[in-house]
Amino acid sequence: MAVPPPLRPVGERGVLVELPGNATVRKLTAVVRDRIAGLEEVVAGHETVLLVWEPGRRPPGDLGSRLADVLGSASATRTADVVEIPVSYDGPDLATVAERCAMSPDEVVRRHLASTYEVGFVGFAPGFAYLLGGDPELRPPRRDSPRERVPARSLALAGEYCAVYPAASPGGWNLIGTAHVDPFDLAREPKALLGTGDRVRFVERAA
Amino acid sequence: MTGIDAAAGLAPAVAHDDAVAVVVDPGARTTLQDLGRAGLAHVGVPTSGAADRAAFTLANRLAGNAEDAPALETTLRGPTLRFTRAATVVLTGAPVDAQLDGRPVAMHAPIPIRPGQVLAVGTATRGLRTYLAIRGGFDAPLTLGSVSNDELTGLGTAPLAAHDALRTGDLALDQPAVDVAPVAAPPTTPNLRVVLGPRENWFAPDAVTALLTEPFTVSTSVNRIGARLDGPTLLHREDRQLRSEGVVAGALQVPPSGQPILLLADHPTTGGYPVIAVVIGDDLPLVAQARPGDTLRFSVASFTTPVADPQRLP
Repeated sequence: MAVPPPLRPVGERGVLVELPGNATVRKLTAVVRDRIAGLEEVVAGHETVLLVWEPGRRPPGDLGSRLADVLGSASATRTADVVEIPVSYDGPDLATVAERCAMSPDEVVRRHLASTYEVGFVGFAPGFAYLLGGDPELRPPRRDSPRERVPARSLALAGEYCAVYPAASPGGWNLIGTAHVDPFDLAREPKALLGTGDRVRFVERAA
Repeated sequence: MTGIDAAAGLAPAVAHDDAVAVVVDPGARTTLQDLGRAGLAHVGVPTSGAADRAAFTLANRLAGNAEDAPALETTLRGPTLRFTRAATVVLTGAPVDAQLDGRPVAMHAPIPIRPGQVLAVGTATRGLRTYLAIRGGFDAPLTLGSVSNDELTGLGTAPLAAHDALRTGDLALDQPAVDVAPVAAPPTTPNLRVVLGPRENWFAPDAVTALLTEPFTVSTSVNRIGARLDGPTLLHREDRQLRSEGVVAGALQVPPSGQPILLLADHPTTGGYPVIAVVIGDDLPLVAQARPGDTLRFSVASFTTPVADPQRLP
C-alpha cells in the first residue's frame, strides 16, 4: 500500500499535492485527469500539483489514498516525443553566463546543445515552459536586477531552469540566445508548443 | 509579433449599420468580460472573466440573457455610450449615479433605451466594478473560448476606446422573469472568509493571528491581477525560497516584505511566494469590489474540506 502524498488545502475546491520531485509531478500530471473526476484545473509546479475541482464540486474525502494508487501504478509514464527547437546563441548575457560558469562561450553553447530537457511545469505566462535537465555546470543565478523588457523568443537560463520567453515581458533570467519558433501562438494547433512532461532538444540555426 | 500580442480589437472606429452603440468616453478602464477561459492553467493561461461573478451573472439574468453573455466591466469610472439602436441594458455591481440623457436611471432593473439616447454610467460611489449587460449580450470574437480581456497577458478583447462601435449578440433567452432584483449594498468593512493554507506553516506564529484579527487596507495598487494590501507585516518564519506552485483567485500571496497580495481573476497561474490563506469563492465578489482605501478583515470559513481542519487556529 503506497503512502498518500501530503495534501494542503487551497480554498474550498483546491488541493495542493506535495510530491518528492519533478519526475513524480510529471507522472501525476500525465494521468490524474483520467483517474479523478470533476477537475477544472491541473497545474504542475516544481514539486507540487495543484488540483482544482469544477465550481460546485469538492475534493473527495479519500483523495489521499486515490492519489497513492495513481502514483503506485507503474504504468503511468509515457515516452514523450522530443520537440526540437531551433535557436541562435546570440543573447546579450552569453559572455556573462560563460564567466559565471567558468567556461568559454563556445563551451556554454556546446553544453546547452548536448542536453535533452524535460518540461517540469508551465507557468508565469501562456506557454512559458520551465525546462529541467540541463548541464549541472550550466546554472547561472538570476540577474541582480531584472530587465524591464525581455524580447519574445529569448532563450534564457536561471539556476537549473531553461526557458524560451513566449512574449515580451519583464524578466530576470540570463539571455543566451533566440528561438526561431513561438512557444505560444493563437493561430497554431497546438497553441502551446510544450506541455508538462514533454522532452526538448535545441538545435543551432543561423539567425 | 507573437500570438499573445495580437489582442483582438473591438470593431473599428466608424459606427457601422449594425452597431448598437458608440463609445463617447470609455471611462477609466472598461473591459468586455464573460466567465473567462477556465481549464487552461496548465499552459499558463489565466482564467480571467468577470471579477465579480455574482454581479455579472445577475446583470445577465435581469437582461434576459444566458448567464455567461459578454457584458462590460467598469473600473471606478464607467463609460458614456451613445446608442444608435433601441436596446435594453442593466447595471449591477458597484453603485453608480447613472444617467440616461441627463435623467437618473436605476440599477438592478432593465433600462429601455431609444436610438439617439446617451447613457453615462458615471463613477462608483462605493465598490469598484459596475457591470453593464445588454439584452442579447455584446458580440466580440472569442480568444481561447472567451471574449474576456486579460490584463496579465493581453488575451481577449482590447479595453474600450473612444469611438469603438459595440454590437449585440444573440444570447437573449426568453423575456426576463424578474425585472427588479433586491440587492444589499456592499458592506463597508467586508469580512472575507478564508481557508488557511496551503503555506500557513511558512509564516511566523503571530502572522496567522495578525491575519485573522487585524484590519488590512486596500492600497492604490489594484488591478484585475491582484490587490496589494497594507496592514500588519506577515513575516515568513525563515528566509527560504518557495519553488513555483499553482495558485488560485482569492489567494493571499505574501512576498518576503510581509505585505500580502490578494490575487484576482487575471492572476498568473503559478507563483513563487507562499500563500497564507485563500478567500472562499462565495466571498470573491467582495474582493472584486474592494477599492483603494477600503478596510478588509479576514476570518476562518466555517466549513471543512477533506484536507483542511478549520479549527486549527494558532
